Amino acid sequence: MNIHEYQAKQLLKGYGAPVAEGVAIFSADEAEAAAKSLPGPLYVVKSQIHAGGRGKGKFTELGPDAKGGVRLAFSVEEAVAHAKEMLGNTLVTAQTGEAGKQVNRLYIEDGADIERELYLSLLVDRSTGKVAFVASTEGGMDIEAVAEHTPEKILTLPIDPATGVTDADADKLASSLELAGKSADQAKGVFKLLYKAFVEKDMSLLEINPFIVMKNGDVRVLDAKVSFDGNALFRHPDVVELRDLTEEDEKEIEASKWDLAYVALDGNIGCMVNGAGLAMATMDIIKLYGAEPANFLDVGGGASKEKVTAAFKIITADPAVKGILVNIFGGIMRCDVIAEGVIAAVKDVGLNVPLVVRLEGTRVAEGKKIIDESGLNVISADDLDDAAQKIVAAVNG
Amino acid sequence: MSILVNKDTKVLVQGLTGKTGTFHTEQALAYYGTKMVGGIHPKKGGETWSSGVDGTELPVFASVAEGKEKTGANASVVYVPPAGAAAAILEAIEAEIELIVCITEGVPVMDMVEVKAKLEKSKSRLIGPNCPGVLTPEECKIGIMPGNIFSKGSVGIVSRSGTLTYEAVFQTTNEKLGQTTAVGIGGDPVKGTEFIDVLEMFLADEATKSIIMIGEIGGSAEEEAAQFLIDEAKKGRKKPMAGFIAGLTAPKGRTMGHAGAVISGGKGGAEDKIAAMEAAGIKVSKSPARIGATLVEVLKG
Repeated sequence: MNIHEYQAKQLLKGYGAPVAEGVAIFSADEAEAAAKSLPGPLYVVKSQIHAGGRGKGKFTELGPDAKGGVRLAFSVEEAVAHAKEMLGNTLVTAQTGEAGKQVNRLYIEDGADIERELYLSLLVDRSTGKVAFVASTEGGMDIEAVAEHTPEKILTLPIDPATGVTDADADKLASSLELAGKSADQAKGVFKLLYKAFVEKDMSLLEINPFIVMKNGDVRVLDAKVSFDGNALFRHPDVVELRDLTEEDEKEIEASKWDLAYVALDGNIGCMVNGAGLAMATMDIIKLYGAEPANFLDVGGGASKEKVTAAFKIITADPAVKGILVNIFGGIMRCDVIAEGVIAAVKDVGLNVPLVVRLEGTRVAEGKKIIDESGLNVISADDLDDAAQKIVAAVNG
Repeated sequence: MSILVNKDTKVLVQGLTGKTGTFHTEQALAYYGTKMVGGIHPKKGGETWSSGVDGTELPVFASVAEGKEKTGANASVVYVPPAGAAAAILEAIEAEIELIVCITEGVPVMDMVEVKAKLEKSKSRLIGPNCPGVLTPEECKIGIMPGNIFSKGSVGIVSRSGTLTYEAVFQTTNEKLGQTTAVGIGGDPVKGTEFIDVLEMFLADEATKSIIMIGEIGGSAEEEAAQFLIDEAKKGRKKPMAGFIAGLTAPKGRTMGHAGAVISGGKGGAEDKIAAMEAAGIKVSKSPARIGATLVEVLKG
């Protein structure tokens, strides 16, 4: 689960991280009061969407010459003018896709005199199974590009969970960021509190880009991107409250209510599969035969008939779907339960596109019988290869 | 021969009394008499569990240590729900259970970071979490794999995905090759056993004549496994291999069901993994429906 920059900063501030003063606003009417409450004279007006690249992003409605999604203002009036122009419009960045995202929230923040921009993040390093810092002197840039062109400028430092961030770890990070004196002392404290926040709140990513040194030598968290481990949300009701549903696909919200793993894609063949690996492989084989999947959907191991029905309805609700492939290899999942769920859904919402069903594994004979006797226009398939070819042919033909 | 489990493996069930634990224990008992020797429940020690299928009774112990002492168990399987799964694994590590298999999906990553640190200093091996388990045909079934698709044979199968493991098993059964052991290592980012650990065992197992390895997007475990195979081949240890990688069409930055299946920071894409595996001499099938057939082609040379 992702949160907005301003929410991330509030959360980190609670741990003692140095962040600028700022106010989040939802309408342009709030802009003047927000800016006036800050010290000034420099303000930053930042679009709050769950995507990076906001500064270089462009608003669809404003034309190519308008400023981007993060703007400087040198007076309260200018900040208000920016807010009016940005709110409600659609920001397209390198990470939003062509459709862009509507900006419904802005964060007006006190400006900073930047001396240096650094990169700092925490993540779970899979190869060591530990939380690791990633630090680089090349802040404010795309870290993937830095990793590709100048990997020597990136330090990855795994932290021993038994000790947390030691003084030696903090020294190593500070020196890799070429920090000295007051800046280094402050930064070492920040490293420790960021680690504490990461572990206590079950984050999966905490990225500060840039982490800055100001002209007076103080350090500051200038931007913050935080993602949480969805599996740990049950123990963080405070984090769940930060969820912004307007940032999520409607079909994905509906799927999450049923505890279904669903990801909307751009193609036209809807897929319902059990198991994440098989669901991805089903997408892949559709592509292999020349079509594109409309979604990833894993109904999981022990799905009920009701859950299968809900899943099928989510797929059929997508107007882009021109055909559906149900691919089940029943282990825990019983084929007869799948068959009953699909038939219940079809009876409820109808079926206007071709449907190919491939069943294998537990209670496959019972499942096939239920489908055959339903009288529905279902194309049955013998194996995955056969199923993929049949649905692609039905959609393209 | 086989790896990890065989007819002598004695298994305790952590979470036996729940619905999932009960169902899969009944299935395991029905699979060539897998030696399920007892269950663990902190508050139900001293009670007896009985199978709804054939009335088989198993003792329930209050702790893993007690269960191990009274039954001589050398393995445990964890069906405990996510919030308590890590504590269950830690209890089994504490009791020095040799093989711990955690089926539970949805264990918080930070819990696994703690488990992994303890595991490295322990005598235990953990498979999973978020995995289908381990199965040696006609001998022992730990976990949730459907036993009826297996046949005894010569292929070792290791996979990050449950249902794709079933595909590989089913296809090798249909090709009349059969399996020595199938191991699902699980789809989480931090887990007990990696590809390399299982590949090492398959290379050392005489009965395993060929290997299927199934990976997916996210992380770099497949690349590390490929490097391991290249290094071992230089020492003369090599077996014919086929493979598959799921997620060629997965969009970047989106988690695809498994917590570990996400292309992030420009890393973990399917193309890189396929290239690394092919460089290590693994023939990677483009279609998930042709994994078995691909292995047959490799074996025919």
